[in-house]
Parts: sequence; structure tokens; C-alpha cells
Amino acid sequence: MNKNILLAGFSLLAFVGGNAWAEHLVAIAGPMTGQYASAGDQIRKGAEMAIADINAKGGVLGQKLKLEVGDDACDPKQAVSVANTMVNKKIVFMHGHWCSSSTIPASDVYNESQIPMATVSTNPQVTERGLKNIFRIMGRDDQQGLVAGRYLADHFKDKKIAVVDDKSAYGKGLADEIAKAIEGKKVKLALRESITAGEKDYSGLVSKLKSAGVDVMAFGGYHTEVALILRQAQQAGLKLTVMGGDTMTNSELVTAAGANADNVLFTFAPDPRKNLDAVEVVKKFRDAKIEPEGYVMYAYAAMQLFAQAAEQGKSTKYNDLEKTMRGGSFSTVIGKLSFDAKGDNKLPGFMVYQWKGGQYDYVKN
Amino acid sequence: MALALQQLINGLTLGAVYGLIAIGYTMVYGIIGMINFAHGDIYMVSAFIAVSGFTLLAGLGVGSVPLALVTVLLVSVLFTSVYGWAVERTAYRPLRGSTRLAPLISAIGMSIFLQNMVQLTQGARVKPIPPMLTGGIDLFSSDGFTVRLAYSQILIVVVTVALMSGFTWLITKTSFGRQQRSCEQDRTMTALLGIDVDRTISLTFMLGAALAAVAGVMVTVYYGVVDFYIGFVAGIKAFTAAVLGGVGSLPGAMLGGLIIGLIEAFWSAYLAAEYKDVATFSILILVLMFRPSGLLGRPEVEKV
Repeated sequence: MNKNILLAGFSLLAFVGGNAWAEHLVAIAGPMTGQYASAGDQIRKGAEMAIADINAKGGVLGQKLKLEVGDDACDPKQAVSVANTMVNKKIVFMHGHWCSSSTIPASDVYNESQIPMATVSTNPQVTERGLKNIFRIMGRDDQQGLVAGRYLADHFKDKKIAVVDDKSAYGKGLADEIAKAIEGKKVKLALRESITAGEKDYSGLVSKLKSAGVDVMAFGGYHTEVALILRQAQQAGLKLTVMGGDTMTNSELVTAAGANADNVLFTFAPDPRKNLDAVEVVKKFRDAKIEPEGYVMYAYAAMQLFAQAAEQGKSTKYNDLEKTMRGGSFSTVIGKLSFDAKGDNKLPGFMVYQWKGGQYDYVKN
Repeated sequence: MALALQQLINGLTLGAVYGLIAIGYTMVYGIIGMINFAHGDIYMVSAFIAVSGFTLLAGLGVGSVPLALVTVLLVSVLFTSVYGWAVERTAYRPLRGSTRLAPLISAIGMSIFLQNMVQLTQGARVKPIPPMLTGGIDLFSSDGFTVRLAYSQILIVVVTVALMSGFTWLITKTSFGRQQRSCEQDRTMTALLGIDVDRTISLTFMLGAALAAVAGVMVTVYYGVVDFYIGFVAGIKAFTAAVLGGVGSLPGAMLGGLIIGLIEAFWSAYLAAEYKDVATFSILILVLMFRPSGLLGRPEVEKV
């Protein structure tokens, strides 16, 4: 009798243990709640679809992938605790975080625990600190800022240009780069300002822009603030064009700013929906009633990166993954991915886009 | 000069909203001596009710802006008062008579509960309404700067002034006002005189919530977007306004709100906007150093 129970206990243990080994735990982390929750939602949808597709083809090295989701709400403190949780769950790969200010502190935790990560955070500091485990599948703010700044200097040189940021690691980094690029073209800035993100009243900023006669505002920050500034500018009778960064891809900007969103230009990597290799995946997303905008395809690509790196190196151990990711080349839905010594995407490229009637597309000319 | 006038208008509008919310803090503090930290979230709930109301009316084909405004205002005030009553009934009344800290903690718990409830039922995304009152009156221009008084700003200021006059009348002239003030002074004595103290406290919470609801509707019309998190910042600012004006004093709350609105508006127009909160709270510290009970507050006299 006793023996039987013992036996049952052992077989149960073996079963549980076996189950845990039969899956690779991969994770995403980002703002699943909070004011940037819609970006987290995009990441989750992209990752879920990618994992379903990879598992349908037999998984990675014969084992299925399982997704863990971490919510940092773009709060650096919460990001570190999410990172620790993920380390305890023994994940083998992380796609995240989203806000640069979360990615930077969290990456130290992953680095110590030897977990490779692919991020879309654009602040240069993400890869400038010599961490070996970070791979950036998006471009950097200095590249993005250069494209935005040059565009403004070329197309609006007779207009008054202001540069505004939201004091976040991402926003300030981007705004500084845009300002540098504009001044590098010998165009003077009419105004350089900072605001506090998360507020509702930006009438002070709007009055300042109005009294300085500003026509174009380059903004380093997130779409929620841009929507409010545009609405308040309209109320104050100020016609304002905004140049933003990759965060402006969010269609929430259009719901919140209404027709004012047509005045928003922004820089973003070449639209993955236009990538010929991605046609099937894009169709799949649309069939599932998900528009693969913004970060959806990037999350999909991050999972592809992990799957291909693991297959190429025949291992999911950190050292092997790190080596394969750094040396290899991977074909994903956002195009060919390969990384330089710092972990930056070798072929990022940024384009200037404009919102028009609820859709964004490359700006003409 | 034109910029200063514009910021005066913007500051007064912002201050009126802070003041309306601050009254809720100050009244509750006056009557039961606790800070109702869930008040900011009551305001947030009212803004969500307003968004639902406006969306629903637009869906029903109500095109008239004044009609929509009045309806939504009434509906939001009604529902939010119920929320105010329910919060008091469930989170504070059972704790009356326990230590001072207990209701404070349950207030924080209530605040988190309301935030999460709205986040889960309404989603974490921002909820926008299409611009309703877009135009404005151009007052005059100098140095190429046109001072503009937006219709929504007129609405906020007019509604606030009307509400404040009505409210002052309610507190100073009516029998409910007398009961409310006597509860503030001495609850036991008030009860001995045959006044239902619990009912008076409930009504106070409902009144505070109703004023927050008006602020919520105004803000929805003015800024056009709400999310489940707006109660936090607004609550902190309004609480500061209440403390600045003298917690427990109704005119003090309004004055505190206006001062904070004006500081924010002028600071962000003439100095670095990123430091405007530093300025606001520095002034709060300065005022409290010289007048610990706020601008219009009376120091508590210990009766022997």
C-alpha cells in the first residue's frame, strides 16, 4: 500500500518534471496596463500569433514554446520586479521591455541571469552599456532623430520649429537628437521645452508655442500627450504640425486627436506590412481581426529571431543563443535581421510617415 | 501682456476644476476628520460616466450640444453621488470610531479598487470623445498673439461660479447646512439634538461626489480624453489645493484651487514648464511654514 503511494508520488513528480522540460518558456514584457497599455496589447498579440505559428510547425528543437507575459506599466521599478519574476520562472528568451526607461534597468537583471533579450526600445543607452545579452530589433533614437531633424530642416526651414520632450529616457533622448540634427543644418530653433507626461493640461505649452509663433513642433514622447497638445492647440486657435517618433504609430492617436491627427508626421522603421515576405502573416493577422500595426510585427519577429537562433545553434543555452544571434542572419517578417557588436540592428532605416484619415503612410516626396 | 492675459484665462479655468474637486476633500475632512483618498477616483468615475453618456447620446442622434451637456451633467451627478454614498457606506462607516488610520487605509484601498474596476471594465486605453465645443472668442491681439477665450473655458468658469454660489447658500442658509456645520463642530452633541449624524455624513459625501462629477464632465468636454488614471494626478492637485486653502474651509478650497491653477499656468508660460510642480509644492511648503492651517483655515482649538 505504502509502496504504491510512493510509486504514484514518483510518477507524478516525473510527470510534472517532464512537462516542464517539454516547453521553452519565452516571455514578453511591456506596459500591459497604464496609459501606454495599447502598445503592450500590440506586443502581446504579435507574440501570441508568432508562438501559435511556431508551435504549429512543431516548435523549436522539437519542443513547444510557451509564453509568459510581464506587465511593467512603463514603471522602471515595476520593470525590475517583472525581470526578477521572469528570471525565477527560468525563461530562455525575453522580448521587451517597451519603454526605454524600463528596458535599461531590467536589462541588468537579465544580463546577470544570462537571458538573451530582443527589444524595440530606441534610446541609445540600451545598447551602449556593453551588455552582451541585448539585441535591438528597432533602430536607435540618434538615427531616428537624425532622419526627423533633417526632414524638418529641409522642409520647414522658413517656418519656426520648436522641440519639446516629456522628460522620459525615450522622449528626451529623441528630442535631443532631433534638436542636434536641426541645428546641424544651421536652422535655428524657436523654442526648446519639456513637459510632464501623464497630465491633461498643456495650455501653458500651447500659449508658449503660440506666442513664439511656432508652426512645427518636434516632440520626443508618447502619442497620448501629442493628442492632448493638438486638441488644446486647436482650441487656442493655433495651427500646429507635429513631428514625432516611432510611438506615433499608435492608432489611439487618431481616436484621441480626431482630425487633428492629420497634422502628425513621424519617423518609423519601414512599414513591415509592406514587406513582401510578410504578406502571409499580415493576412493571417487581418483574418484574426488584428491590424498588424505598430509593434505587432516586431513582437512576431522577435519570436522568429529566437526560434531561428535556437534552431541554427541547436541549443537554447545562453552562450549558444548569444553567439548565434550576434553572428547570424535571420529572415523575419520585418526583414533580414543581423546585429553589430553592440547588439544594434545592422539595417534599421527610418522613414518619415504621415497620418491621413486614420491611416499612416510614407510621406510623399 | 497678451500672453499674460491668456494664461490668466487658462489658469482660472484649471483652478476652477481643481477647486471643485478640492471641496470634496475639504468637506469630508471638516465633518469626519479624514482625508478621502478615493475622492480623485470618484472624479475619474464621473468622467467615464460622462464619456459613456456623450457617446450614447451621439448614438441616439442627439445633435444639440446644450441638450447633451445638461443631460450628461445630470446623469453623471446622479450616478457619481451614488458612488460617493456607496464608498462611504462600505469603506468608511464600518470603521467610524476606530483609530484614525483605519479609514485612511481603507480610503487608499478604495482608490485602488475604483481604479482597477474602471480599468478592467472599461479597458486601459484612453477614451476620447470627438471635440464638442471647439470655437472661441478672439478677445484682442498684440504683438501677433491673439488672446482667445474658448467656449469650453467660458462654460467651466460660469458653471463653477453658479455652483459655488448655490453651494454657499446651501451651507450657510438651509437647515441641511446647519446640520452639516453642527456635525463638524461636535458630532455627539449634534446627535443629542436629534439630528441623524450618519445621514448628514452620507449626504456630505454625496455632495462632494456631485461637485467632483461636475468637474469630471467639464474636464471631459475641455480635454476630450479620459483614462482610468486621471483621478490620481487630479486628486493630488486638488488635495494640495485643499491644504493650501486650509483644509476644512470651503472658500479656502476654491481659493487654493485657483492659486494652484494660476501658478501652474504662469510658471509654465514664463519659466521652465518642467518645474511647474516644483513651484506649486514649494509655495505649498512656504504657506504651511507661516500658516500651518492653510490660508483660510482656522487652527484647531483644543477645548479644555
